[in-house]
Amino acid sequence: MTGGPRLRRPCSSITRTWAALFVSITLFGAAGVAVADAPYITLASTTSTDNSGLLDEILPKFKQASGVDVRVVAVGTGQALRLARNGDADVLMVHDRKSEEKFVADGFGVKRHPLMHNDFIIVGPRDDAAGVRGVSDVGQALSTIADEKVPFVSRGDDSGTHKAELRLWTAAQRDPSEASGTWYRETGSGMGATLNTAAAMGAYAFVDRGTWLAFKNRLDLEIVVVGDPRLMNPYSVILVNPERHAHVKAREAQRFIDWLLSPAGQKAIGDFRVNGEVLFVPDAIAAP
Amino acid sequence: MESLLQAFVTAFRLLTSFDADLVEIVLLSLRVSLMAVFLAALVGLPLGGWLAIARFPGRRIVIATLNAMMGLPPVVVGLIVYLLLSRAGPLGWLGWLFTPTAMVVAQFLLIMPLVAALSRQALEDLFEEYDALFRSLRVGTLGVVQTLLYEGRHRLLTTLLAGYGRAIAEVGAVIIVGGNIAHVTRVMTTAIALETSKGDLPLALGLGIVLLFISLLLNALAALGQTRASETVTP
Repeated sequence: MTGGPRLRRPCSSITRTWAALFVSITLFGAAGVAVADAPYITLASTTSTDNSGLLDEILPKFKQASGVDVRVVAVGTGQALRLARNGDADVLMVHDRKSEEKFVADGFGVKRHPLMHNDFIIVGPRDDAAGVRGVSDVGQALSTIADEKVPFVSRGDDSGTHKAELRLWTAAQRDPSEASGTWYRETGSGMGATLNTAAAMGAYAFVDRGTWLAFKNRLDLEIVVVGDPRLMNPYSVILVNPERHAHVKAREAQRFIDWLLSPAGQKAIGDFRVNGEVLFVPDAIAAP
Repeated sequence: MESLLQAFVTAFRLLTSFDADLVEIVLLSLRVSLMAVFLAALVGLPLGGWLAIARFPGRRIVIATLNAMMGLPPVVVGLIVYLLLSRAGPLGWLGWLFTPTAMVVAQFLLIMPLVAALSRQALEDLFEEYDALFRSLRVGTLGVVQTLLYEGRHRLLTTLLAGYGRAIAEVGAVIIVGGNIAHVTRVMTTAIALETSKGDLPLALGLGIVLLFISLLLNALAALGQTRASETVTP
């Protein structure tokens, strides 16, 4: 500090440098904040469709066919439904039939269109402490895990996968919530975070096959239970009701739904593979 | 250990390849956070300056509140901004949700209290030094605040860098109000969260190292500017 305060209004070269810096930041910022005006719709979807790479594969094809951009907000099914209920999305692609039907019945969605399915699996550590590898009855596998009290990591986040898992516990006549914090651990996180936790703890986890196939940090985890018909995981697509939310881009969004259900869209879904494996089976049209 | 090594290799590859997606993500991160810092400076610095010299009943409570708000959890700020900007919320008609603008708003709310609180502290110390001089010259409030902001500019730069650091590093708020939409609202931190959830830990960590590198670059630039500036001031 030299010479004490300047009491005249300072206007040195430094001030000018700062002013120039501020102005350039503002312009830089404004340029970035002004979003391109290409037509787009907002799709609220689940982490399973996004993390597996399916949407990266099929959305460019839709864009090519229609010129419409699809902006994906990937969250759990529960949160996706809440976003749509608030009118913050134009289309939903989710996987919890019960809450989807309620969403439509309550007037928030126009119609539920079955789109595709994959299946859930149970993964577990290689040494398989519960001894459930190859058990074809998922109820039996879960009750064994519960009775043996081996670590099991659950999403615990109100997602479609979490709800499916809870239904199967109920079917197996076990209530893991009583054991929450002991052998049953709820992460309250997405599928990937939950798998990271299970891998690190050597625990069992309930996961959709798409996320599992694309997941890279498996460590010791392997598929142990697979193939029970109750493990089917159906996805549907729903237009958010424009009568509830006038700003919903119903025309473009309906165009997206029509494309997904068309032979071109269904083929794009069926053609998607990870390491040569089919991840999603199209449901909307019978195979030609 | 292997993952850590892999992460550094990935980071190096990312930094040298100038991958188009990465450049886009980095630029958006900088745009959003620098814009938030700029707005926070515009409001926070004068507010801090005024709080440094003003004397009114309840001033301590205001300052304590401001200090406490430095610890606002980003997720909470994200939720509040979401509820405001949601179509069902009071500002829904703006259509800002899931845009970079919403992210700027969230980060602004997150760091403005920090900028105001830290600058208040820095300028109050300065004010005590010069108080007698100001009195003898009968300088008005506006003049005092202006002089303090000018004389304290070096300390305030550190304050702004702290604000920038909090903004660029947070993920909780921007992932809620931005939605982590590819090519629209995906920034460094949300990309790191995404890669973590895909189990690609080396890529996630690699991105983290890139983020650190960019912050280092920015801080070095600021330090350089500061040295230059003090050289010009002291003839």
